[in-house]
Amino acid sequence: MGYASKSPWVIHYDGSSCNGCDIEVLAALCPGFDVERFGIINTGNPKHADIFLVTGSVNERNIAVVKQIYEQMVEPKVVIACGICACTGGIFHDCYNVIGGVDKVIPVDVYAPGCAVRPEAIIDAVVQGIGILEEKSKALQAAKKGA
Amino acid sequence: MWLITDKFLFTLLGTVVFAVLAPIVGCLLAGLERKVSARMQGRVGPPLLQPYYDVRKLIAKDDVTVSGVDGIYMTCALIFVAFAGGIFFSGGNLLMSAFIVTMAALFFIMAAYSSRSPFAELGAGRESLQVMSYEPMVLLMAVCFFMASGSFNIGEAFWLRMPVICYTIPAFIGFLFVLTIKLRKSPFDLSTSHHAHQELVRGTTTEMSGKTLAKVEIMHWCETVLFLGWAGVFFIWGNPVSIVIAVVVALATWFLEIWIDNNFARVKWQAMLKWAWIVALVCGGINIVLLAFI
Ligand code: SF4
Repeated sequence: MGYASKSPWVIHYDGSSCNGCDIEVLAALCPGFDVERFGIINTGNPKHADIFLVTGSVNERNIAVVKQIYEQMVEPKVVIACGICACTGGIFHDCYNVIGGVDKVIPVDVYAPGCAVRPEAIIDAVVQGIGILEEKSKALQAAKKGA
Repeated sequence: MWLITDKFLFTLLGTVVFAVLAPIVGCLLAGLERKVSARMQGRVGPPLLQPYYDVRKLIAKDDVTVSGVDGIYMTCALIFVAFAGGIFFSGGNLLMSAFIVTMAALFFIMAAYSSRSPFAELGAGRESLQVMSYEPMVLLMAVCFFMASGSFNIGEAFWLRMPVICYTIPAFIGFLFVLTIKLRKSPFDLSTSHHAHQELVRGTTTEMSGKTLAKVEIMHWCETVLFLGWAGVFFIWGNPVSIVIAVVVALATWFLEIWIDNNFARVKWQAMLKWAWIVALVCGGINIVLLAFI
């Protein structure tokens, strides 16, 4: 295992979530689940983050924000859609302003469905995301060497 | 008597040794901090080597920079910290060590300013305020050390009959107070927080990523080792046992800092500046007056 998988720093963005999934994301950081055991830190700064956790769907107002956060993150990076809203739009899918899941704007690597998504599901998704992060990191190293 | 070139070479050797050992010790201290903090919050916490994993990951990240010069500024900061540590641990001048480590802080501030980001600039401004807050007390601490031991040289402490702390308890307490500011720990983590969120995103390090951020982490490790060394040297006298005591004191100081970090909420910069100067004047002033009359 490389170092990318041992210290995945997370940034969490609330699209148009009902806050149900946000609470679950934060619950994963609390003593009950304590994801810091795996080196996961909630950074709040896209430039420091490796994993982008999005809750809630994308709408006309936040589409630029989601894009910008994604672009500011430094490679290698992974996007995880948390909750059914972030995956497909969920119960808000036919709202007048909702565009749909996060994958309408940025490439999503892992989908964690659920309404609200359970902390266990988030942890599972992050672990899966770590595997992808590791692959991307290796690809980046190889590209650097080749260049 | 030592020749000046001998002394220079010795300091240089100390710098190299410090540059190799301090990151290792500092990394372990940082890991210990994360573990102890987690336990204080009822969590299990990350592995002891987590800070090392973090830095290795940051080094492997892609190179992205806003200004193109922040990495160079951080390299300079690292060199100055190593030099300050080298001076101190090779038994050199305490005052010089204090000045040079401030140079490192200034380069850190420059690195933050260079990004032109409003968050980083505000963080840099606050970091400058932190330097203004702790510097008087650090100087008075060095002066008290001089008055108690008869020299600014750390090496002389190993010939004393009584440790410096016997004469400098107020100055030591004052130093412990500003140490929290110097280590950028809550309640004085105004410029950049070690923890997740703050109102300035991440303050000074907002625009730093990858290797530059790794340098910031390593600088923190080295600074921690140096400052804890300062705390320990107060307990050194002409007895080899005192080295053990100094190490224990340094570790106890570290634990105290972690405890403070976990138990106090951030204050405003006005309060920090006011209290740091009041503590410097009262603790440092009283101590100097006392020493002048002993
Ligand atoms: S998936 Fe359910 S809980 Fe999560 S944001 Fe959507 S509606 Fe709320």
